[in-house]
Amino acid sequence: MQKKEFIRNFSIIAHIDHGKSTLADRLLELTETVAKRDMQEQLLDNMDLERERGITIKAHAVKLDYKAADGNTYELNLIDTPGHVDFNYEVSRSLAACEGAVLIVDASQGVEAQTLANTYLALDHDLELVPVINKIDLPAADPERAAKEVEDIIGLDCSEAPRVSAKTGENVEKVLESIVKNVPAPENNDQKPLRALVFDSVYDSYKGVIVYVRVVDGQIRAGDTMRMMATGAEFTVVEVGYMRPTFMEKTDVLSSGEVGYITASIKTVGDARVGDTVTTAENPASEALPGYRKVNPMVFCGVYPADGADYEALRDALEKLQLNDAALSFEPETSGALGFGFRCGFLGLLHLEIIQERLEREYNLDLVTTVPSVIYKIHLTNGEMAEIDNPSRYPDPAAIDYAEEPTVEAHIYAPPEYVGAIMDLCQDRRGVYIGMTYLDSDRVDLHYKLPLNEIIYDFFDALKSRTRGYASFDYELSDYQRSSLVKLDVLLNGDTIDALSFIIHSEKAYARARKIAEKLKDNIPRQMFEIPVQVAIGSKVIARETVKAMRKDVLAKCYGGDITRKKKLLEKQKEGKKRMRQFGTVEVPQEAFMAVLKLDDE
Amino acid sequence: MKNIGLYLHIPFCRSKCPYCDFYSVKADASVREQYATALKKRIKAEMDDLDCKADTLYIGGGTPSVLGAEKLSEIVNSATPYLASDAEITVECNPYALSADFFKTLAFSGVNRISMGLQSANDAERRSLGRLSDSETVKNAVLDAQNAGITNISLDVMLGIPRQTEKTLANTLDFCVSLGVPHISAYILKLEEGTVFYRKQNSLALPDDDAAADLYLQTCETLERNGITQYEISNFGKHGFESRHNIKYWNCDEYLGIGPAAHSFINGKRFYFERDLNAFYGGAKPVPDGSGGDFTEYAMLRLRLAEGLLHSETEKRFGHKIPDEMIKKSAFFADKGFMELDGNGIRLTRKGFLLSNSILAEIL
Repeated sequence: MQKKEFIRNFSIIAHIDHGKSTLADRLLELTETVAKRDMQEQLLDNMDLERERGITIKAHAVKLDYKAADGNTYELNLIDTPGHVDFNYEVSRSLAACEGAVLIVDASQGVEAQTLANTYLALDHDLELVPVINKIDLPAADPERAAKEVEDIIGLDCSEAPRVSAKTGENVEKVLESIVKNVPAPENNDQKPLRALVFDSVYDSYKGVIVYVRVVDGQIRAGDTMRMMATGAEFTVVEVGYMRPTFMEKTDVLSSGEVGYITASIKTVGDARVGDTVTTAENPASEALPGYRKVNPMVFCGVYPADGADYEALRDALEKLQLNDAALSFEPETSGALGFGFRCGFLGLLHLEIIQERLEREYNLDLVTTVPSVIYKIHLTNGEMAEIDNPSRYPDPAAIDYAEEPTVEAHIYAPPEYVGAIMDLCQDRRGVYIGMTYLDSDRVDLHYKLPLNEIIYDFFDALKSRTRGYASFDYELSDYQRSSLVKLDVLLNGDTIDALSFIIHSEKAYARARKIAEKLKDNIPRQMFEIPVQVAIGSKVIARETVKAMRKDVLAKCYGGDITRKKKLLEKQKEGKKRMRQFGTVEVPQEAFMAVLKLDDE
Repeated sequence: MKNIGLYLHIPFCRSKCPYCDFYSVKADASVREQYATALKKRIKAEMDDLDCKADTLYIGGGTPSVLGAEKLSEIVNSATPYLASDAEITVECNPYALSADFFKTLAFSGVNRISMGLQSANDAERRSLGRLSDSETVKNAVLDAQNAGITNISLDVMLGIPRQTEKTLANTLDFCVSLGVPHISAYILKLEEGTVFYRKQNSLALPDDDAAADLYLQTCETLERNGITQYEISNFGKHGFESRHNIKYWNCDEYLGIGPAAHSFINGKRFYFERDLNAFYGGAKPVPDGSGGDFTEYAMLRLRLAEGLLHSETEKRFGHKIPDEMIKKSAFFADKGFMELDGNGIRLTRKGFLLSNSILAEIL
């Protein structure tokens, strides 16, 4: 088979903080010097274009020209991967677009959880691994030990692995040489019908969706009618090109082996989902590339505007975010306590936090979110099964035959002295011990099966604090298992606050109920009347606290000079009331709400 | 012809009290002289302009007594042509270093009411408030004023101050009652931003809100037992000794304030002089502060009074009774013991006074 011998497609994989971004920056710098000298004119032209459009093109993937020691100039395509378990599927698609991966290992830390998880992912895609030992400039660096760990744990020969400092730039050119030497060139399949793998897509308000592809077979050019094989949607290709570090380089044709972008006036990223295969309507491929699946949200919560008047603004913002994030789902929802809002679905808690932060920062919205939930399978006595991601739809306990909850298989890597603490934590989170492997004398892999709902809010924080930051953690979804679940309701002054209800394992209900009641007591400001705070399962109250009545507010004197000030104060007080959530007769400030949702473990 | 209240601000203090955010500066003899002259001139200019009389005159501060009896008399005299014959004329005094003659001179010029800052009869508490004199000095000043013929005396008492207990407060109230003064103003300490107390609040050993509420109720009850009846959130008087000047504020009546930081309400407009002595000397015009006197403002102020908001008065001013919506909301609070409501109108109870901000935000 003929090869495209001057192309190399690769990703960089690493545990978080092992220096992936820094190394990528160095590679760009090293190769861009070449690019600048050779292609001065073109670069300037395109920078104008970029300035005109006022956007910075994100380097999801970038094409680098590298003149190697052998005298040839290579086209190196670096494909970036998101670094978090929530985005595992995206990571796998990015890897599927490559022939090789640079595996970075921190010379002071050695192999960590995500090092291994990412390595396995890369091996699943038959990628050639190029090990790199990074951070040799650190005082605590022990490159030989790190290299030995990689050899022992992963079984990868490191004798030739470059020892580099991405920070100082030392030896970084050796990484490029190693890529050229070790990553296989892609095959030349130009004559076959087009098949291009979508590994990312971003929404651009000028061009519509920019689809990032790796062409596996055939060729694509402007004017072609492209067809998405999973959805059948067709579009006329407007432009194809390459991603450069700072601009988009238009080209006539993208051919097999190459990595580039396609624009075709596509309206939402949902029409060009990651993992789908692009072919042409004129000469369609018979079979899509393997591995496409629609990513489904796993974590759900209600998102409400703090000020009900922002409901439409919130809808607009979610719609805009969805243009660029096919994994985000939302549908309107009403809560007695919070009014109108949306039930949103996320890949995981990080995804949830990112979306929430973007809504607040980029769209200036004040939000109240409800306790995150997973999807429970509730089997009813009438033989039906309901998938419940919202406590308000939890069926009457009398109608429930049994319930199932999703689980994950988790690997936790830590020094052996923390095994006890980690086991306690996993035990506390209803984990089932599967096994423990000594990776070497000072690193252990603890393998647990854990219910997903035990890790969606604060598991990682708790793990970090119990292991002084030394533990690393990775998980993948496993199966559903039978579970004894109950729904907890919170009552303020006798009224159920639907937005605070949540589903929990029965064994944990009492402790959680007590904690919630305490938190609410501490965070609801005293009001004119005593407020009973109750947490109940059905009609049975299992925790109770009381917010004492407030006896006095600020009593200022009011003479001639104070009247205007007093009037303003009164206005402010009325305004402040608007920021409170009225629950029956009880006013709860948003902060109290958040405090309850962010129950930590300690 | 209508009668207004006239307020004169004396922006000088010997020293700044650690809880006070009123406008005051230190002043030597020449500054005091200059200010008195400017003030007299301004009284004439402003009052000639208004063409009405004042039936109350209140000289407040700061510490008016730092001007000395002579200058205060001159100032009172310059205002006399504009005063009604039965005007209430009050001067605020800090009892520190006042002589018997001081009061005699004031009485001679027509001053018939003295308001003095006692704050506490407990000397340790007084010191923590930055008061320079002991309670014995206050006692002597009260006696001197009474001997000079000024029996309408008000003492200021502070509640919720550092280390105050039910017992020390009882002593303070006994002190006032035994001196026979007919009027007490009792304020719960409020930490004002920018004051020493505000900065140091965590180290002050202040009674908490619940304790402060108890001290307040104790004050109301003790004074009531002694015939000194509550007529406003923070003010108590024997029958006929309520402050006529201050009631104007709570009745939304007109007043003219002269001096830096003094506020006025005339012909539906609120305005004030800047907190700037030199601007005042320069004849600066007052700064507009919006309109005043609408129903909400009237209700807010009237509800500070024990008498409360009355249908009859409301009808006289606004042509309508207290709106039904407000009555309805008040009924809710009446039910919980925070308000009273009858054919005459609505009013806050003591328990309600303590929460007046919250309640007003609900019903207005």
